[in-house]
Amino acid sequence: MSAFTSASSRPACHHCGLTVEAPGRWTVVIDGQLHETCCAGCQAVSAAIADSGLQDYYRARDLPARPLRPAHVQADQLLYDDPEVQARFVRTDQGICETVLLVEGLRCGACSWLLEQVLGRSQGVIESAANLGTGRIHLRWQASQARLSDLIGTASRFGFSLQPFDATLRETQLRQTSRSRLRRLFVAGIAMMQVMMVAFPAYITADGDIEPALQSLMRWAGLVMTLPVVLYSASPFFAGAWREWQRRSPGMDTPVSLGIAAAFAASVWATLSDSGEVWFDTVTMFVFLLLGARHLEWLARLRATRAIDALSAAAPESVLKVIDGASPERIAAARLRPGDRFLTGTGEAVAVDATLQSGQSRFDLSLLTGESHPISREPGDILPGGAINLGSPVTLIARERQADSALSTIARLAVRAAAARPALLGLTETIARWFTVGLLLLSAAVWLGWHQIDPDRAWAIAIAVLVVSCPCALSLATPTAIAAASSTALRRGMVSTRADALEAMAGATDVILDKTGTLTRGQPLLTGFAAAAELDRASCLGIAAALEESSTHPLARAIRDAAASCDAPFQQACTIHTAPGEGVEGIVAGQRWRLGSARFVLGAAHAPDPADAGVEAGTEAGTEAGVAAGAEAGVAAGAEAGTRARHTAATEVWLAREGQAVARFLLSDAVRPDAALLIEGFRARGLGLHLISGDREPTVHAVAAGLGIERWRAAMSPADKLDYVHALQAQGRKVLAIGDGINDAPLLAAADVSIAVGRASTLAKTSAAIVMLGERLVDVLTLHQLAHRTRRIILQNLAWALAYNAAAIPAAALGLIAPWVAALGMSVSSLLVAGNALRLIAGDGTPPAPEVLLAPAADAVGAHQAT
Amino acid sequence: MEALFLLIPLSIAIIAGATWLFLSMVDKGQFDDLDSPAHQILTDDDRPAGGA
Repeated sequence: MSAFTSASSRPACHHCGLTVEAPGRWTVVIDGQLHETCCAGCQAVSAAIADSGLQDYYRARDLPARPLRPAHVQADQLLYDDPEVQARFVRTDQGICETVLLVEGLRCGACSWLLEQVLGRSQGVIESAANLGTGRIHLRWQASQARLSDLIGTASRFGFSLQPFDATLRETQLRQTSRSRLRRLFVAGIAMMQVMMVAFPAYITADGDIEPALQSLMRWAGLVMTLPVVLYSASPFFAGAWREWQRRSPGMDTPVSLGIAAAFAASVWATLSDSGEVWFDTVTMFVFLLLGARHLEWLARLRATRAIDALSAAAPESVLKVIDGASPERIAAARLRPGDRFLTGTGEAVAVDATLQSGQSRFDLSLLTGESHPISREPGDILPGGAINLGSPVTLIARERQADSALSTIARLAVRAAAARPALLGLTETIARWFTVGLLLLSAAVWLGWHQIDPDRAWAIAIAVLVVSCPCALSLATPTAIAAASSTALRRGMVSTRADALEAMAGATDVILDKTGTLTRGQPLLTGFAAAAELDRASCLGIAAALEESSTHPLARAIRDAAASCDAPFQQACTIHTAPGEGVEGIVAGQRWRLGSARFVLGAAHAPDPADAGVEAGTEAGTEAGVAAGAEAGVAAGAEAGTRARHTAATEVWLAREGQAVARFLLSDAVRPDAALLIEGFRARGLGLHLISGDREPTVHAVAAGLGIERWRAAMSPADKLDYVHALQAQGRKVLAIGDGINDAPLLAAADVSIAVGRASTLAKTSAAIVMLGERLVDVLTLHQLAHRTRRIILQNLAWALAYNAAAIPAAALGLIAPWVAALGMSVSSLLVAGNALRLIAGDGTPPAPEVLLAPAADAVGAHQAT
Repeated sequence: MEALFLLIPLSIAIIAGATWLFLSMVDKGQFDDLDSPAHQILTDDDRPAGGA
């Protein structure tokens, strides 16, 4: 019966497809046949499905059901009956509640059917509609007859977990808007086709060929069918025009509305008086095509909104808070306070920004950063809210309240940026305003002029002028392009916090890069090692790691990481004493060890000569073999094999036993693997590159030389950095600053446009215009490319609008264009510019364009991909 | 030609009917999700002979 069988001889669970470990223990009878299931949960679900007469599910599904995870089945459902909690996501109207819930476990069409049936049959439920595409279910129920927790419980008995979707109200609004737009579009479309049928005879016959009664009939038919188009479909235009009139800033809707109203009024008059021309076909076609263009714009905005909603919905509604001396309690995530400890199980999302306290796991940050590979995190690491735990359950300590968490902040910033008006948009709207005023005056003048020359044609020509002009590229296409580009960027983990960020980025001529945390990781790595003969690398690291075990210093962490990665023997240190800024001292295996600066470990005033101390040098920048050889025979030549750059940029940490130096660690802040890619990409695009850093000269020089950046400055104070930016700007350069958003906040604020890289957790304090949530520097190039494409498309649209209007308006004013041609031209022009803008979301979800990856050397590409 | 006096009003009535039909379909949410219905056809009450 079941299509899902396991590879082993043991049967597969009828419900979820997993192997049945204990055949005969959990069985279920469906349609007279005995089936094995793997656990009590699947047995219960399967039996529930059969008892409800819904066994069709098993025939129609094309994926086995989600295995049940009893551990987190709906511990929080009772929470959802709390009116205070409900207020956030349930809309109540006259005793009928309505909500949209996110569904976990919706895998195929059969699942959505099953869920709909199960809930639809529950008492008090009026409507249940599951949407496979968005993974949501829409529920309406009588508040007096059903409780939400019961409905969620019912769904969970069938293996689905339902969670409130915070943006419910918005989702409902979005859907209402979508529907009403579709209705208007449809009414206009069907009326257009039919009006065209009755208008058609007038175009192919000479005056008087059609008998007057029939002509009158066809005019009346056109009038009847145009009426709903003007009154219903076109109402957004009239409403828009009314708003524009109230604000005294005529925009695109004003001429459109006047054109529709004038053409319709003249046609009605002609129909009533049985004289003159009718333009019903023109009116309906105009409305239909314009609505079509607006629909495209709406789709782009819907996409942008949904991208933001996905962020808002990513964090869970409730968390298991750990309480000392008691079992964990499930509370609303909004009630979590900094310092609270909470549990995050497998497959759950982290509720707020938090520090990992215990447990080690892998996390999926794809929603936040666009990075598809899971990232390992261990105790002490910081996790942003919304990260999904893929491994074992972990305990976390909250760092922020939910509202201050990175995820909420991102959503808020994105919403703010989406709502703000970019300067470019302001400019185009100003132009559009004057354009409209000029157009209205021109139409009036044309009417007056033609009234003197040929009164019969005055109306037709004035309407043609009004209708033919197309300010769409100004008022419609530019915001569409910006919305489309922003949503594309957001899906790649890049949030523009200011509306004009992309535009400014496209105009940048110079790139200023910060070193620490931007081109480099901002965290030191062990890059070199040298030791006295009798000790090998692993045991030195083991001792050093033991001494540094509880330290939070970045250098200590680097040593611990290195020790962990080379499986250093575990050592225990006792009586650890830390000398701040110098080093650490402790007893390991009965001997006194010191780790720190040369002066500290030897108690001497100057650094010891490695040879005197019996230390031989090797570096890991050479090969491992080189290090091993170096440790055995004198001073290794391998020291020179490592890049000089890294050598000079490194920090030395010495390890001493009883006052005798035995080993030296070289720690340096490694350049990110894709930094070279970024530099090459910008260079290929002709941007000036500058590296400025507050770090020491050798370090900065090493990085600059390694990456081939010619203009670099070291030991810059924040004030120096500002002067540097201002000096560039004084030369008329447009500066794009890339930093980590913390050390260089003034720099980022002073630049024309700025990007903060890889710092989701400090997002709220950032002054950057664009925040990159991922760690991939190449994304900056992708964004730069997107910014250029956006600008190019906006310019294309403006150029088209200019050319079109320059040709069409004079032609219409001279009476060369019939109203229907004018309507067609204007509408097609609108569709053209809106469609052009939509190209910005076409490339969504694909890897960066080839040119990003092709420019640099192949090994750099390899290094990037290896990360 | 006199037929047109009947046919044109008739066509308007049919269009009105078609429009009403479409609007009620939109209201029922038939255009909200264009993915699942393709799967839902598989869950008809008619039982296929061979099962899954």
